[in-house]
Amino acid sequence: MSSVQSWQADFLARHKQLPGAELPWLAALRQRAIDRYAAEGWPTPKKEDWRHTSLAPLEQASFDTQPQSLDVADMVRSLRADEAAHWLVFVDGRYVPALGDVGKLPAGVRVGTLADALAHDADAVQEAFGSEADGNSTAALNLALATDGAFVHLARGAALEAPVHVVFVTSGEGAAVFPRNLYIAEAGAHGRIVEHYVGRDGNVSFTNTVSRVHVAADANLSHVRLQQEAHQAFHLADIDVEQEGKSYFASHSISLGARIARHDIATRFDGERAESLLNGVYFANGQRHVDHHTLIGHAQPNCVSNEHYRGILADRGRGVFRGRILVSPGADGTDAIQRNDSLLLSKLARTDSRPELEIYAEDVRCTHGATVGQLSEDSLFYLMARGLDENHARNVLIYAFVLEGLARIESDAVRQRASRAVRALMPGADILEELA
Amino acid sequence: MLKIKDLHASVEGKRILNGLSLHVKPGEVHAIMGPNGSGKSTLSQVLAGREDYQVDSGEVEYLGQDLLDMAIEDRARAGVFLAFQYPIEIPGVSNAYFLRAAVNAVRRHQGLEELDAMDFLKRVKEEMKTVGMKEEFLYRSVNEGFSGGEKKRNEVLQMSLLEPKLAILDETDSGLDIDALRVVADGVNRMRSPDRALIVITHYQRLLEYIVPDFVHVLSDGRIVRSGGSELAHELEKHGYGWAKQLEAEQKGAQA
Repeated sequence: MSSVQSWQADFLARHKQLPGAELPWLAALRQRAIDRYAAEGWPTPKKEDWRHTSLAPLEQASFDTQPQSLDVADMVRSLRADEAAHWLVFVDGRYVPALGDVGKLPAGVRVGTLADALAHDADAVQEAFGSEADGNSTAALNLALATDGAFVHLARGAALEAPVHVVFVTSGEGAAVFPRNLYIAEAGAHGRIVEHYVGRDGNVSFTNTVSRVHVAADANLSHVRLQQEAHQAFHLADIDVEQEGKSYFASHSISLGARIARHDIATRFDGERAESLLNGVYFANGQRHVDHHTLIGHAQPNCVSNEHYRGILADRGRGVFRGRILVSPGADGTDAIQRNDSLLLSKLARTDSRPELEIYAEDVRCTHGATVGQLSEDSLFYLMARGLDENHARNVLIYAFVLEGLARIESDAVRQRASRAVRALMPGADILEELA
Repeated sequence: MLKIKDLHASVEGKRILNGLSLHVKPGEVHAIMGPNGSGKSTLSQVLAGREDYQVDSGEVEYLGQDLLDMAIEDRARAGVFLAFQYPIEIPGVSNAYFLRAAVNAVRRHQGLEELDAMDFLKRVKEEMKTVGMKEEFLYRSVNEGFSGGEKKRNEVLQMSLLEPKLAILDETDSGLDIDALRVVADGVNRMRSPDRALIVITHYQRLLEYIVPDFVHVLSDGRIVRSGGSELAHELEKHGYGWAKQLEAEQKGAQA
């Protein structure tokens, strides 16, 4: 049985038990989604969007959607020590309320699970759920098989002070999980959401996750995805955002784990004077591969987008960045900045960077730039001439490069967690703690 | 302290130093003057260990050790300090981190306890006052967005924190206005001590008004063509660098 067939079989075996299976709209949607996935199969490098990223190793592996989970209580406890937050914890795709703590929520804020929302407020879910045509065929597979995820609704004007922190742990042998997260910020609301993906060393797990975000007029939502899966894992992740007028959305994609990590991040401006920040930091060592594909739809006038991705590629690590900015006719006053900076730490490391600007409007300011470089010899010499040994000097420069990207993250706790995770990837970097 | 014997060095196959010899004893201040391209900066980079500079022949002995055989960081830890002509900007690394890492690298080598953040801050703030740097420069990235004068002050700050045995100041006066020059010179003069040697490399006599050297050497085409006391700087100022060329020709004539 091919990989595609086995996922079809999995769907057939389980679709009647999936949350909300009794809802006709959802059952039909899931069927169309699995049909699309079956028809298209896995994306292959023949597709322009997947030219540099092959999922062949994923196709060859086998996974388990209902693995025996390990005890991850200690791990989750250490994460929860980071900051005060509303915690949702999923282990191998299953919600584990005992490990989390949603805590007290401000008025107008709802934080819970997708399964719960389907049971109690299916109409709200239906509106935000998305369609089988969205994204890659991998996103359709997510739609077909998604069992649970985070559901966050901020009512008009609601203010969420502490972030919602969603932890997804893959612990069971060969665990395959399909989280689907829905975030809705109504007009004038603001809040922060952190999605944190952690795995277990050596586990060949598979995470296929989709987050759908709606940011209404004047609302402000910040989203961090901290991806720290096992270095043997597969991670496919979509973020799909719609922004109304004068809204602000920030995405921080910090991708540090997985054998193959693919991030598709798209935002579309449906109203004037909206703004978005797409920020990314990634680190691929060993034979690991990190791919970011972004699409910013400047469909309305006077919107602003800032896009900054920086990657560190060590050993045989490979980075891919493709950033499309699409400025529709009439979207005058568009202001778009895109940058992708890569640091190659070895001769065998590689990066492919492709900006794509399609501009159909007048009076726009769009700039893009990509740099690929090695550590500066001048800087290394300067540090060593002050007594730092070569490894220390190199680590200082690598870490400084990373910190410039992490500095855009608003939350101290998340920034520190991310910077600790980066240091863990750099041999001898434990002395760098107080660099910032 | 430092004995340079018949040093020949080249950059990208181009010969820059052509038999330079120099002896420096503890407590002495030597000035090396010369026109552009005479090899001043090459000398400083070779002493600090820059790998782009190829030593073709000659010897450099520092405190009884073969300096040329030492790694860059080991030279620094052993007390050799180069104040850069063009200090490097390092975005993302705070000056505070950089300074403390440098101080502790040297202290570790000397078998001293590392300074913790508190002790270090106390120390660095005192030194910053004496070189006229505001505290905010601790929290900015190393040299990033610093003016020429601020960069040079930062070099002098590093020197005073690291307390080297041998400090080489490479055109520390370039790009400085008169006030900044005075502050930098004061900082350097404070470093003068019987067990420390300084080599001041400069294009202009101006700096030597403030840092009065014990010896002045005129460098031309990669070798020292005349050595003397501090009055030699005035003589050079009077005659200009054409004179250095003339001295070089005379020396070559004498050798022939």
